[in-house]
Amino acid sequence: MKLRLNQKNIPLLATIAVFLLIYLAGSVLYSNFFSLRVFVNLFIDNAFVGVIAIGMTFVIISGGIDLSVGSVVAFIGVLAAKMMHDFGVHPLLAFSICLGLGAMFGMIMGSLIHFFELPPFLVTLVGMFLARGLAFLVSLNAIPIKHPAVNAIIDFGIPLGFRAWLPATAMIFIAVTLVGIYLQHFTRFGRNTYAIGSSEQSAILMGLPVGRTKILVYTFNGLLSALAGVVYSLYTSSGYPLACVGLELDVIAAVVIGGTLLSGGSGYVAGTLIGVLILGLIQTFITFQGTLSSWWTKIVIGVLLFIFILLQRYLSKAGAGK
Amino acid sequence: MDRNNVLIDIKRVSKSFPGVLALDQVDFRLRRGEVHGLMGENGAGKSTLIKVLTGLYQRDDGEILFEGEPFSLSSPQEAAVHGLSTLYQEINLIPALSVAENIYIGREPMRLGRIDWKQINGDARQAIRRLDLDIDVTQPVSSYSVAIQQLVAITRSLEISAKVLILDEPTSSLDLAEVAQLFKVIRKLKEDGIGILFVTHFIDQVYEITDRITVLRNGAFIGEYETNKLPRIELIAHMLGKDPETFSLEQTAEKTKQEKAKAGQTLLEVKQLERKGSMTAFDLAINKGEVLGLAGLLGSGRTETARLLFGIDRSTGGSIRLEGEETVISSPRKAISHLFAFCPENRKEEGIIEDLTVRENIILALQARQGIFRPLSGRRQSEIAEKYIELLDIKTPSDSQAVKNLSGGNQQKVIIARWLATEPRFLILDEPTRGIDVGAKAEIQKLILGLSEDGLAILFISSELEEVIACCDRIAVLRDRKILSELSGEAKEEATIMQVIASKDVNP
Amino acid sequence: MNQVQWLRSENFQRMLWPLMALVGILLFNLFFTPGFFHIEIKDGRFFGSLVDIANRAAPVMLLAIGMTLVFATGGVDLSVGAVMAISGAIAATVIRPDYVKGVLEYGEVQSLFLVLSIPLFFSLLAGLWNGLLVAVIGIQPIIATLILMVAGRGIAQLITQGQIVVFIHEPFQYIGSGFLFGLPFPIILVLLTFTVTYLLTRRTGLGLFIEAIGANSVASRFMGIRERLITLSVYIFSGFCAGLAGLIVCADIKAADANNAGLFLELDAIAAVIIGGTMWGGRFTIFGSIVGTLIIQSLTTTILTRGVAPEVTLVFKAFVIILVALIQSEKFRRLFSGRMARKKVPAS
Repeated sequence: MKLRLNQKNIPLLATIAVFLLIYLAGSVLYSNFFSLRVFVNLFIDNAFVGVIAIGMTFVIISGGIDLSVGSVVAFIGVLAAKMMHDFGVHPLLAFSICLGLGAMFGMIMGSLIHFFELPPFLVTLVGMFLARGLAFLVSLNAIPIKHPAVNAIIDFGIPLGFRAWLPATAMIFIAVTLVGIYLQHFTRFGRNTYAIGSSEQSAILMGLPVGRTKILVYTFNGLLSALAGVVYSLYTSSGYPLACVGLELDVIAAVVIGGTLLSGGSGYVAGTLIGVLILGLIQTFITFQGTLSSWWTKIVIGVLLFIFILLQRYLSKAGAGK
Repeated sequence: MDRNNVLIDIKRVSKSFPGVLALDQVDFRLRRGEVHGLMGENGAGKSTLIKVLTGLYQRDDGEILFEGEPFSLSSPQEAAVHGLSTLYQEINLIPALSVAENIYIGREPMRLGRIDWKQINGDARQAIRRLDLDIDVTQPVSSYSVAIQQLVAITRSLEISAKVLILDEPTSSLDLAEVAQLFKVIRKLKEDGIGILFVTHFIDQVYEITDRITVLRNGAFIGEYETNKLPRIELIAHMLGKDPETFSLEQTAEKTKQEKAKAGQTLLEVKQLERKGSMTAFDLAINKGEVLGLAGLLGSGRTETARLLFGIDRSTGGSIRLEGEETVISSPRKAISHLFAFCPENRKEEGIIEDLTVRENIILALQARQGIFRPLSGRRQSEIAEKYIELLDIKTPSDSQAVKNLSGGNQQKVIIARWLATEPRFLILDEPTRGIDVGAKAEIQKLILGLSEDGLAILFISSELEEVIACCDRIAVLRDRKILSELSGEAKEEATIMQVIASKDVNP
Repeated sequence: MNQVQWLRSENFQRMLWPLMALVGILLFNLFFTPGFFHIEIKDGRFFGSLVDIANRAAPVMLLAIGMTLVFATGGVDLSVGAVMAISGAIAATVIRPDYVKGVLEYGEVQSLFLVLSIPLFFSLLAGLWNGLLVAVIGIQPIIATLILMVAGRGIAQLITQGQIVVFIHEPFQYIGSGFLFGLPFPIILVLLTFTVTYLLTRRTGLGLFIEAIGANSVASRFMGIRERLITLSVYIFSGFCAGLAGLIVCADIKAADANNAGLFLELDAIAAVIIGGTMWGGRFTIFGSIVGTLIIQSLTTTILTRGVAPEVTLVFKAFVIILVALIQSEKFRRLFSGRMARKKVPAS
């Protein structure tokens, strides 16, 4: 029995090990790597990835997938920028509208998946292209965001000492993670996502609200995608319709590397947090290295994802054999 | 009888689907503290009745009273609210979650806006103990045996304060000891005044546990009987709507067997074949024209033996001689190239290809052996399909019908046809008659005997001892993934087989 | 088979809707787009909107042919767009090996054989990679091919060092803009690929095996179908088709653009396959996918002639796909007509 429990946690332990390993390697190779500032920067630079990754954790645990997240970030970003820049909408109102839209977008996808039994990958793939098309419809070019209220949000932060500083975006990331952990472990919604992902048929017959949970999962992820869009536009101070192409892979990678099983039913929000930090570390590493080009990030993430999927396959096979 | 005792009263309920009248004015009455068997062949309407009762289907006509009140459900969720719980053959629990969580999911006790895990685990421990179980409730359900999972599912139902427990084929995947454990719990629940609707194919179990039996046939209500006043042969006659004499298989089988020539060359000889962790080393020999039976309880290694011989699982030791020549069977393809054939136990997942037509399903194995570049012409395909549809009496409107529209028995015949089309010399049949009605069952059994007379060597696996005894020349008895002994001639008796299975010492 | 039977047959029913949709779009253009059906013959070459549509649809048609088979096995190949980019990037690099290092001279002129075979070889390799992940390691196709979808574009950017590699290579450009028998060469390539694929799947046992694997892979393996090998081959073939499509695009624009080549085309291919009536895991029709591609392209052209920005057509396509997917969804059909529900004898 003990052994089985351990086995379930191997992906998570591997994740922590990988994180420490990269961190150690960076600290040994480069001075300044081991500093509070670099560590905090992980939260700042990956806030938008992290926010979606929390939502994606729920989606994947429920046995689904959401490929639309990158496009939604771009769409929301460009829409918010357009509202503020061209129509003078107050940022808070613009952001609220965006969050509502994102949640609605997710809810519609969830409804299509649930009510018409369409495969999640197909619906969210369509969502991915729809959101991207809508982003182009809003604007074909980047739109800058300049507004005193936005600047106030950007400038808001808590100094941590050691020249490190925790801005609003990173705080949002941390807050979303905490909310995610609470939802996952201490609410029925969270437990039901595990049930659906582990055995949907059983969940139906046990009388669990499968449809509602499914739609909620996608709505929640849509909301977080929109929130990530807001965070991203704060981070870059602009909206750009071609932003975040391929972000879905980064997010899925973060979730998988964080120990969530792609087949659903198993995983932790806390693991995803570490997964996101690992992706961030890789980027930091490449930046510190200095000569590697940006496309290496994509390739390395692909490779890392591949390795972790292999690890999962191996473990689930070993688990089934016992 | 006391009206207050009636829990569920179904009156003249009808339900039709496009083209079929699944329930035709069916009556059913369940009382407090009784175990009520619902019996019928496939297509009798048992599942439909349960689904109408639990709100999965909406009835077209008729009336359902629950404790005397008119009662109508629109979803299974509502059923739970009224104290109506259904347990299916497949365990409906969440494998990845803990036992405790499985008992309480959906109704978790909350404290200060969060799930109270302490209380869940504590309550679960108590609830489990009430069924005389002693397991760690914090472990995932998937780490326990099917029988324990079944009991966990019952615990869940009881915790929702069940008044009515519907058990749909709960014993299909349990061994004898596990069935006994389940029945112990059922008796206890009965004493507590819970009404239990019990659906099963096992006649023995019906007589062991039920108080009353309701028989359905072709969607119609045949009658309600008190179990101890209904002789077995009458029950079967009601189920089949026939005179019981006409389907006495054992006699026909016995006759055929005596006429059959005994001699036959050895086709397959297995020496010390094993697979670590799945099957202990065994010897086995099969002659041409012989039916070798594998008898044993579920999980005794019957299917494992078949999978080893057909190359689905790789052996870790031992040898196979085919007509005296050493042969390595490392994959189904390899087995098929030696003219082996295998009808798997799990028809839906491993046998038929639902979306393809009857014709395509029949010719696929032959085509696979011929390879990609020697396609069977359309005409040849039709010829083969028609031949076997006629030979096996497969009931289908045409050979271009999708297989999923056929009944279970006919699907089974399509799989057998598929393999006969490859003209095999060794045929493995794993539970070929499971879940199909008695008529089709007898036909398949006769077919097996006929095939063996034509010189085909057959390995026959079945959970039903009478069937194994009737069809097989020799019987290998298995227990705990080990072949214990081989019986033939006079020794092939139910009692002997049971003794071997129950025996403590292994005497090969 | 007599005529009535044929009209009722599954194959015909599957093709009916896509064909009607295509006819509908063409009819719309007949009335509202002047000169839409006008075809001119200049220097023995055909010109006109219809030829143009077919020519523009050629790359997606190739992707759709490969995607059809992948779909039928119950998988999906999201990496086709990235493989197109890789293929084009390699072709351009073969032509101008030192361009990325800032050398503008061409060096020796590469033979057409090398320009074609090296990118195609690597496309096959990309397909093999996908196939190995799906068929041998057993990763879900969406995830397996998503890896290459994103990392693949990184690889293409790595090859071109993030630059747009322009080139001149007459024989190679013929692939993208040449004419043969009066038709644009890409159309000829599609016809050729279609014919070969059709013969390979429908005049052999392969097509049936693919459908069997898609509908039930375990049962297929148990009856001796080489399920892994066939699945693997299907992904390799999809990679090949994507590589070929990449070459056409690259030769047509005389440049390799790792960022944009084939971008979002995986959607068009998937859309074409779904619109064409291929099931996800089961029955497939390559001809249907070709019709599906033509529907998408003629729709796009129809929209563009009405002055809408090309990027925005994504919105439109998304709606078309979801609509078709909905129409195919049994639940959706039941919602609108009880009649359409399959006559299925319920298990009881």
